[in-house]
Amino acid sequence: MKFAIQINEGPYQHQASDSAYFFTKAALEKGHEVFRVFFYHDGVDNASRLTTPPQDDRNVVERWAALAEQYELDMVVCVAAAQRRGMVDEGEAKRNGKDATNIHPRFRISGLGQLVEAAIQADRLVVFGD
Amino acid sequence: MSATVKKFLYLNRKAPYGTIYAWESLEVVLIGAAFDQDVSLAFVDDGVYQLTKGQETAGIGMKNFSPTYAALGDYEVTKIFVEQESLQERGLSLDDLQHLVWEDEDEDYAEKDSIALVSRAEMAALMDESDVVFSF
Repeated sequence: MKFAIQINEGPYQHQASDSAYFFTKAALEKGHEVFRVFFYHDGVDNASRLTTPPQDDRNVVERWAALAEQYELDMVVCVAAAQRRGMVDEGEAKRNGKDATNIHPRFRISGLGQLVEAAIQADRLVVFGD
Repeated sequence: MSATVKKFLYLNRKAPYGTIYAWESLEVVLIGAAFDQDVSLAFVDDGVYQLTKGQETAGIGMKNFSPTYAALGDYEVTKIFVEQESLQERGLSLDDLQHLVWEDEDEDYAEKDSIALVSRAEMAALMDESDVVFSF
C-alpha cells in the first residue's frame, strides 16, 4: 500500500501529531510505502528545528527527522501555512527579509500542490487532525 | 498533470471563523482545481456556516473570505453538497446560504446551481464512493 499522510495539528498541543508519527512509522516497518508526509495548518510547527522540549519528554521534531533519515521520507511543509505562522527556511527568509530560519533541514517547504499530488499518487490519504 | 482522475471530496466540518481550517481548506480546493480531478465539496456539522450569506467580519478583525465561494464555479468546482440535517440542527435552510452557480458551457453557458442538499445517509454514500477524502 502506498500512503500519503497529512498532519493538521501542532506538536505537544494535540495527539494528532503523535498519532501520525506512530502510524507512519508502523506503516514503514510493515513494508508499506509512504509517498509523502504533508504538514498543514498548525501541523507546520512539527518542523521547527528550534523546538526544545524538556529532556524527559519525546522530541517530536527530531523523531520525525530520524524516521525521514532512515526511510528517505519526503516531508513537506506548506509554504502558505508556514508563512502565516513564522516558519521560515533560507529561501523564504531571503525573499521576505527575515533575519532567521527555523525549518529543520530534513523538512522542505513547498506548495499545496504537493498535497494534492500526494493524494493522487497514493492509494490512501490519511488525515490526522480535529 | 496526471493521467489519473480520482474522486476528490473536500469535507468541511468547521465554522468559518474562530479557527483557520475553513480558509485553509478553501486554499487547497483552489490550488487543487489545477489538477483536473473530479472534485466535490461537502459541508457538514458547523461547516454549513461557511456558506451562509451576508457574512460580516469587521467586528472580529478577520478577513471575510466568503466571497471566494462564489468564484468556485470559475474553477470548475461545481459540485457542492450540503447536509440537510446539519442545516436543520442549526436552524438554517437553503435560503440562508449563498446562491452558488456555475456556467455550463455545453448548454450555452446556462447558469446552474452548484449546491445540492443531501441527507446524512446520502452524505455517507458520497464519502464512501470518493477515492480521496480531505477532512478539514
